[in-house]
Amino acid sequence: MSLNEGPEQPRIGVDEWVASAEERRARSPLARAQDAMERVPAAVKLVALVVPFAIFPLFVDSDYLMQVGIDTLIFVLLALGLNVAVGWVGLLDLGYVAFFGIGAYLYAAVASEYAGRYWDAAIAIPVIAVAVAVSGFLVGLPSRRLVGDYLAIVTLFFLQLWLVVLINASWSRGPNGISDIYPLQFFGRQVTSLDAYFYVALIAFVAIVSFLYLLNQSRTGRAWRALREDELAAELMTMPVSRLKLMGFAVGAGIAGVAGAIYAPVQGAVFPANFDLVLLITLYAMVVLGGAGSLVGVTVGAVLINGVLEALNDADNASWIFYGVIAIALLALLRPWWQPIAVLGATVIFGFAVHEIAEEARPSLVGGANFGDSRIDGLVDSWVLLPQNILTGDGLPTGWLGRLAYIGLVASILGLTLVRSHLWRLVGLVPVLYLAACVWANILVAQPAVARFVLIGGMLVGLMAYRPEGLFGKQRVEIV
Amino acid sequence: MPLLEVQGLSLAFGGVRCLDGLDLVVGEGEVVSVIGPNGAGKTTLFNVITGVYPPEAGEILFEGKSILGLDPHQIARRGIARTFQTLRLFLNMTVKENVMAAAYGHTRAGVLRSVLRTPGMRREEREIEQLAEERLAFFGDRLVGYRWRQPAYSLSYANRRRLEIARATATKPRLLLLDEPAAGMNPVETHEMTELIGRLREEGGYTILVIEHDMHVVEGISDRVVALDHGIKIAEGTFGEVATDPRVVEAYLGTSAAAERT
Repeated sequence: MSLNEGPEQPRIGVDEWVASAEERRARSPLARAQDAMERVPAAVKLVALVVPFAIFPLFVDSDYLMQVGIDTLIFVLLALGLNVAVGWVGLLDLGYVAFFGIGAYLYAAVASEYAGRYWDAAIAIPVIAVAVAVSGFLVGLPSRRLVGDYLAIVTLFFLQLWLVVLINASWSRGPNGISDIYPLQFFGRQVTSLDAYFYVALIAFVAIVSFLYLLNQSRTGRAWRALREDELAAELMTMPVSRLKLMGFAVGAGIAGVAGAIYAPVQGAVFPANFDLVLLITLYAMVVLGGAGSLVGVTVGAVLINGVLEALNDADNASWIFYGVIAIALLALLRPWWQPIAVLGATVIFGFAVHEIAEEARPSLVGGANFGDSRIDGLVDSWVLLPQNILTGDGLPTGWLGRLAYIGLVASILGLTLVRSHLWRLVGLVPVLYLAACVWANILVAQPAVARFVLIGGMLVGLMAYRPEGLFGKQRVEIV
Repeated sequence: MPLLEVQGLSLAFGGVRCLDGLDLVVGEGEVVSVIGPNGAGKTTLFNVITGVYPPEAGEILFEGKSILGLDPHQIARRGIARTFQTLRLFLNMTVKENVMAAAYGHTRAGVLRSVLRTPGMRREEREIEQLAEERLAFFGDRLVGYRWRQPAYSLSYANRRRLEIARATATKPRLLLLDEPAAGMNPVETHEMTELIGRLREEGGYTILVIEHDMHVVEGISDRVVALDHGIKIAEGTFGEVATDPRVVEAYLGTSAAAERT
């Protein structure tokens, strides 16, 4: 093409912005880090992921922490399986935990006193994986042509159906569950210690993560990504979309089945309540937080969320996490650097001022001590408004102050979103933060069951506003 | 035997007849253009041929065999590939991956072989990677080198159109359906597209059925031109014959314009 020749002429068809994309990328440290991460061989990444898990039991000698470790690994397995359907194929599967339940109950059916059988795990786990994958395939069959919301409703229906059957059927012993499940046994040798269970779960993790990585690098993985981008185009480019979706369903379900087959013997019992919506939402939070589509991200997300949820059970940790998250969020969201410091400083001074005034006016308003007993809670006692005897014997707040502060907090956060001027937002942030601390010290610190979900929810909202693709996810662009 | 034979194809959406007893024949190695005003049923014709919509009546023979009732991916595997008027790339995949993904139909590795990385699977991967690079190199230096690793969304509009063609050819088709390949391009790019379609036939050996509005392109590429209006074939022949056909002029410009010309 004669018009295109000659080096000094602008070249038609070469977009300057695109042509300089690499250069601009090289200037950004974050992008460089991402590129460096992509260059790391997969095997190195796998080792880096596994080593912290592998040495975990060496440093831990409490049964509780080992149990948490096993639970975390099971959550990681579940999140990896959910990622296949949600992150790779792009199906909003809300029935996923049912497959976990099927896996667990199948293990109970092949290895428990109730069933009167005791299969070797070397046979039981693969058989269960395949059986649950087949059940995933069957659930997928009627819903494979559905997309988005419709698929979500159908799969949610399937989950509820499963739960209703489980609670009402006699073979599952209803809500009482099956509680005499035998431990795993490999070639006649029983797995008894928690450490051993941990390593069983770890081996399953390594196997599944390798399986998924290799699958994702193949034509199947490519086809999944393609059909998530554009189903019709994928179909017209020779990809059998329905079959690929069913495969995604089945692979994800099979992984959930393996997780269930490890979960049941670890717990020694299975109940319908183990497989409810709360678990589903937690799993989604893990996938979303870590970054849907990224194996590393989903693993990290599962560890983070389960770790935080466990840590929040303890009021001491909970307070540290609460104040830490607020400080980190301010530092991350407010620029330049002096703004978050100014806001935090102003909040501290504001608090002491309010505290002084309240003490002068009505000493009963500040005489209490909060439920937590870590150092930070002690410090906070002389800063927030904390009436005497705020808690009844069963840990419920009696005071009107806590409730009032709660309502005030919600109202003032809503109010803050209406303020347009940046300066006034910063000013408004000061009483809002103080109110939040009051609410925390008065109510939430005494109720970890509520507080943990409020905190996780807050963290997710913050992350989604700041980094919608999740920690390790790849930003997706949708332009037509 | 013609490569593609469409007989009496009819389709209506509600009360709108999009295709009405359409006959069309495309011979091996031919470049046939389909023209017609907006809403004439051109894209619908493509959608019916590729199996997106089932027709109400009629028959479609490809290589002498009926392809009616097949799924779109099966039809694509038989050797009919298409591009889209409203670009439908896999935007968040890299340029090379876009093309490699389209090789799905002529690769075999299943889940087990993929996970075990058998020699056959690895050879297959190397082959489609080569195929992708070769198909992208067809467009000169526009889609090679660093572009391979770039996501498709970073491409310019004209390059997206080129990538769509590269992707379609990666399915190893015999018949290429191009839906307005020059839409939205500037005159230079349009001219280039004209040459490109010629090269696709000469070097690629594809038979091409193309929808195009730009009459310079149509004139430059077509062995034969078919004009549609309201789903009915109103004219067929060489570009000169069709362009001067009073019914075609009427369809585009209305009756008074046709009257003035006669």
